Amino acid sequence: MRILIIEDDKEAASYLVKAFRETGHVADHAADGLDGYAMAEAGDYDVLVVDRMLPKLDGLSLIRSLREQKVETPVLILSALGQVDDRVKGLRAGGDDYLPKPYAFSELLARVEVLSRRRASAPSSEPTIYRIADLELDRLSHRVTRSGQEIVLQPREFRLLEYLMKNANQVVTRTMLLEHVWDYHFDPQTNVIDVHVSRLRSKIDKGFDKPLIHTIRGAGYMVRMGPMEGEE
Amino acid sequence: MTALGKLFRTTAFKLSFAYLVVFTLFAFVTLGYVAWSAEKVLTDQFVSTIENEIEGLSQQYRNGGLRRLVNVVDRRSRTPGASLYLVTTDVGERVAGNVGALPPGVIDRVGQFETLYSRTDETDTKPNAALVRVYLLPGGFRLLVGRDIEERIRLRNVIHKAIGYSLLFIGVLGCLGSWFIARRVLKRVDDMTDITRDIMAGDLGGRLKIAGTGDELDRLAQNLNDMLDRIGELMRGMREVSDNIAHDLKTPLTRLRNKADEALRTARTPDELKAALEATIEESDNLIRIFNALLMIARLEAGNARESLADFDAAEAVRDVAELYEAVAEEVGVSLEVSVEGGLPIHGNRELLGQAMANLLDNALKYGAAPDGSAQTITVSAERVGQEARIVVADHGPGIPAEERSHVLERFVRLETARSRPGFGLGLSLAAAVARLHEGRLLLEDNAPGLRVVLVLPLKEVPVPQLALPSAA
Repeated sequence: MRILIIEDDKEAASYLVKAFRETGHVADHAADGLDGYAMAEAGDYDVLVVDRMLPKLDGLSLIRSLREQKVETPVLILSALGQVDDRVKGLRAGGDDYLPKPYAFSELLARVEVLSRRRASAPSSEPTIYRIADLELDRLSHRVTRSGQEIVLQPREFRLLEYLMKNANQVVTRTMLLEHVWDYHFDPQTNVIDVHVSRLRSKIDKGFDKPLIHTIRGAGYMVRMGPMEGEE
Repeated sequence: MTALGKLFRTTAFKLSFAYLVVFTLFAFVTLGYVAWSAEKVLTDQFVSTIENEIEGLSQQYRNGGLRRLVNVVDRRSRTPGASLYLVTTDVGERVAGNVGALPPGVIDRVGQFETLYSRTDETDTKPNAALVRVYLLPGGFRLLVGRDIEERIRLRNVIHKAIGYSLLFIGVLGCLGSWFIARRVLKRVDDMTDITRDIMAGDLGGRLKIAGTGDELDRLAQNLNDMLDRIGELMRGMREVSDNIAHDLKTPLTRLRNKADEALRTARTPDELKAALEATIEESDNLIRIFNALLMIARLEAGNARESLADFDAAEAVRDVAELYEAVAEEVGVSLEVSVEGGLPIHGNRELLGQAMANLLDNALKYGAAPDGSAQTITVSAERVGQEARIVVADHGPGIPAEERSHVLERFVRLETARSRPGFGLGLSLAAAVARLHEGRLLLEDNAPGLRVVLVLPLKEVPVPQLALPSAA
């Protein structure tokens, strides 16, 4: 995955570049809004990580200009402002996701990966049935089956599984789940999300030898076939 | 600026002066009109008298010719208080009448006009003014009939003097009044300025004096005092926050530092190092969380989230958050009873209400367990009471003593009993800040036993849908 980081804080930028490279991605860096705009327009990036406050051209204007030029690369906005309505402003300017500073890198990575995948698969080609191993979720009839056996889920459990399966093989953080399943953007303080996931897990994985819902330590959850590195 | 200059610049003075000008103009116009009307009435009277005289004289002339006219004029001239008469020859020689000297040329002017004259019997006094009418008689003779108008002139003078004096009087009195009012207002404003200057210099306890007159200055002073109270509150809040931040962040920061230090000294295997690093990251995340909560409260209190408000259904938000926490509650053996009335329209921020609800439920789960382990129930309800939505989270835990209730809404305040459990003492402060943002309030009540937190939010007025009746064809 090719990522462009547009961030004026040198230390933060080099930390991000290094961290993305360590996780196997290609990361470039632009130190101001104009450079960032030029690089984003010319280069073929999968995701742009844009700081809101940038010299020369601020983050939101940069995104707006890119969108006007029909550059549809997904953008994740980083913001130290964290105002209550910042997210709305950011998304309205054409951003795709928003992360207030300070953030954990695992959170940023998970979000960037989800954004890049969203780009790879056009929204119209989203399948009506998600399949992982023997687990099937039908988005139209709201039916979930595993090995042909029907699993009865509560509406919220269904949405939880739907979001996990939509982003199968990718880490999904607790905040992302709260955002997409409950439509809230605050920091879930206690283990509220964990309990919901473990309930879902007991319905999906109980009685089957191969668990599909995995906990990724220090990051979140992932639906995939077979165990993986870093799993508890 | 001189003291007088300052006085002249006051609004009170300017206003009084404007009124003064308006009233003076008004008085001037009124008196002027009176004078003009009085003069007109008198003049009309003179004219009609003259016309009557002429009527009579022309009758005499028609009956008896010039001789008869001269006789009548002669007789009438001698009556006391008579009008003015003069009959002259074509060269201006007096034939009869009581008018002596006339300015030259007057007798040759035919028609009605004003002129100066003197009577034949009083040659030494200065000439008087008169309204006269001159006729040309056959044979070049001229007849002059007129009335003395000195009286009218005296009246005019009296009125003019009255106008002058009253204007002078109004002017002086008005100026004095303006000056007095301006000085009074200026003094009060100066007092206010002095006090505010003292306050700015650091005497934050100072308050403006209220004169008790209930006028606009009193209202202003009252508002300023309220503002000062609010500023004082915020200042105290700020000071408390900074003190508390210093104090409360010291603990996790020290812990963080110690963990890193200990790992550096004792960890030998990569696994031990990794575990130590993970622990330090967890501590840092806690710190970040505290900062985020603090920032959020600060922003809400600063009121700059106001523009992010929109209309939403509070009932749905409460249901959603209750549903989010229901699983956790069940996990720890608490039953969450939710009764939410449908449709509670609110103008506000759904995210923030959700966050506040999450905090309240979090608290209820953490501290709301009954001491004896029985009755593990948390009740969540939302209902419409009048024009307000009342959202209640009630537990059966030890509750909060009445005297502590207002205190726990402050930042970082944690009851002694809660010290042993995780938390930063920001949850209720945030919920209270959210309530304030929505122009509502957060009440802490006794659930006997337990704590009952009531979030009161004003409902958005929803216009009663009017049935669209088809107009009668």
